[in-house]
Amino acid sequence: MEKTHNPSNVSGKIGYALLYLVLGIIAVFQVYPLIWLVLFSLKSNREVFNASPFALPAEPRWENYVNAWTQGNIGLYFFNSVWITIVSVVLTVILASLVTFAITRMVWKLNKLVLGLFMIGLMIPVHSTLIPLFSFFLSINLIDNPLAIILTYTAFNLPLTIMILLGFYYTLPREVEEAAVIDGCSIHRIFFQITLPMTMPVISTTGIINMIYNWNEFVFINTFIRSDHYRTLTVGIQSFIGQYATDWGAIGATLVISILPILIAFFILSNKIVEGIAAGAVKG
Amino acid sequence: MNRVMSNKFIISLYILPALLLILVLIYIPIVLTGYYGLMKWDGIGDMTFIGLDNYIRLLSDNQFWRSSYHSLLLAIFSTVSLLGYLTISLILATKIKGANFLRKIYLIPMLLSSVAIAQLWLKIYHPTNGLLNSILIAIGVNNPPAWLADRNLVLIAIFIAIIWQYAGFYILIYYAALKNIPESIIEAARIDGATPVQIAYRIKLPLISGVFKVTIILAIIGSLKYFDLIWIMTGGGPAGASEVIASYMYKNAFTMYNFGYGSAVGFYLLLFCLLGTWLIRKLTSTKDEIQY
Repeated sequence: MEKTHNPSNVSGKIGYALLYLVLGIIAVFQVYPLIWLVLFSLKSNREVFNASPFALPAEPRWENYVNAWTQGNIGLYFFNSVWITIVSVVLTVILASLVTFAITRMVWKLNKLVLGLFMIGLMIPVHSTLIPLFSFFLSINLIDNPLAIILTYTAFNLPLTIMILLGFYYTLPREVEEAAVIDGCSIHRIFFQITLPMTMPVISTTGIINMIYNWNEFVFINTFIRSDHYRTLTVGIQSFIGQYATDWGAIGATLVISILPILIAFFILSNKIVEGIAAGAVKG
Repeated sequence: MNRVMSNKFIISLYILPALLLILVLIYIPIVLTGYYGLMKWDGIGDMTFIGLDNYIRLLSDNQFWRSSYHSLLLAIFSTVSLLGYLTISLILATKIKGANFLRKIYLIPMLLSSVAIAQLWLKIYHPTNGLLNSILIAIGVNNPPAWLADRNLVLIAIFIAIIWQYAGFYILIYYAALKNIPESIIEAARIDGATPVQIAYRIKLPLISGVFKVTIILAIIGSLKYFDLIWIMTGGGPAGASEVIASYMYKNAFTMYNFGYGSAVGFYLLLFCLLGTWLIRKLTSTKDEIQY
């Protein structure tokens, strides 16, 4: 095990101080914009425009939050974001698990080819599919229908999800499944009662990555959803802000409301999230 | 065992739903994009076959090349900034105190939606009340620029927001890769008298070269198809000064209802991405990957 460095001389100490200074400046650069956002979400326009941007709000205007929540449809957008995200994530994870199980555990000839088909999907830019998808959904009457969003999210997240699951499935021992087969267990029971529970750690990892992607997705929802009723937070706050373009306090409050759930989730699940993004990225 | 595990019906049952989804929603659309590119079409009415006209017209479309140039600039900018991210990760991975905490702080922007990030940076770049110009005025700059309305500055202003958004992501990837290097290798080098800088350049960097290659691909492909912040912050303006390939495609299709021409742009985007991936793999392919 490596110990924490123990700088013994003066130049070492100065070096470390400089290192921390640089790292600290980067941390401030990464976080200060958000603190500033919270600050102006509690200010009146007059404060925003006339006082120093660093000043704390003289009298925190919590009513900005009340207004943002009640005047816009934030509550509805929020609800849409939650259920569309959850349904898509569950669908993606189940379908991807089924595929990964069939590819790694079952015996058939074309498995490499099918896996390849899924993996090539990783390289396809979303925008190159947008026009045909739009006209397809238009022709089957799914424009302005959340189903279009859920299916697209699932399809586009499948390749990455399968890729991450694959690495985990290869490390799973086969003995348990073999024993289950000998005992006369059906494949469905093996999958749902033995394999799926064993993959829970990686399922939560992929679930988190999917959750972040879907929660923040912009292009599909902006293109396929027209009515306010099905908008999610991402697009909903964009249109809300359009209407209140000059009220910085209300805009700030709206943005903070939209950011908060993911930040809270991050602080609770932080290690899982960090691990999840790392797994998704390194393998992708 | 094999008899149970090669049940064709069950295999199809497990594979087909997902396969159908990606065929219908990814692969068929890709082919159709190329096909629609051959059409004159407003998205609703009849299609008229016009052959390669859209594709040929694009080749002499100045705004298309300008957009491609901007996308390329972003790709170069992102790739160069990888070196900065890598340096930060190397520092964090020397097990200095608080590395975990800092890494998490750096990651926060990555979690935010592009709308929130775009709106936040619109406020930061606001010509009179924005954070940036307030600071500039406070330190004595008389006429700070109107960042997003300035044709010469708009791209760099957006690039900085993108750098901000993705910094934590790449730092995290490098950090995770560096953490995977067995401690014994580094310990051995230290006993042989290697300095931390030597260890970083001679041992750690070669060992994570595979991951570095992956991030170059991610950064370049990600840049070529970049859309969100640019669309929300400037819509490609002023006067096309921040237009990129994806925003040009979107604009042609969904605001000018020129679906045929937009499809042609979309098809070029696909070609650029595939070409980019192939080129990087070709350029960075090493004879044998380092194993440890």
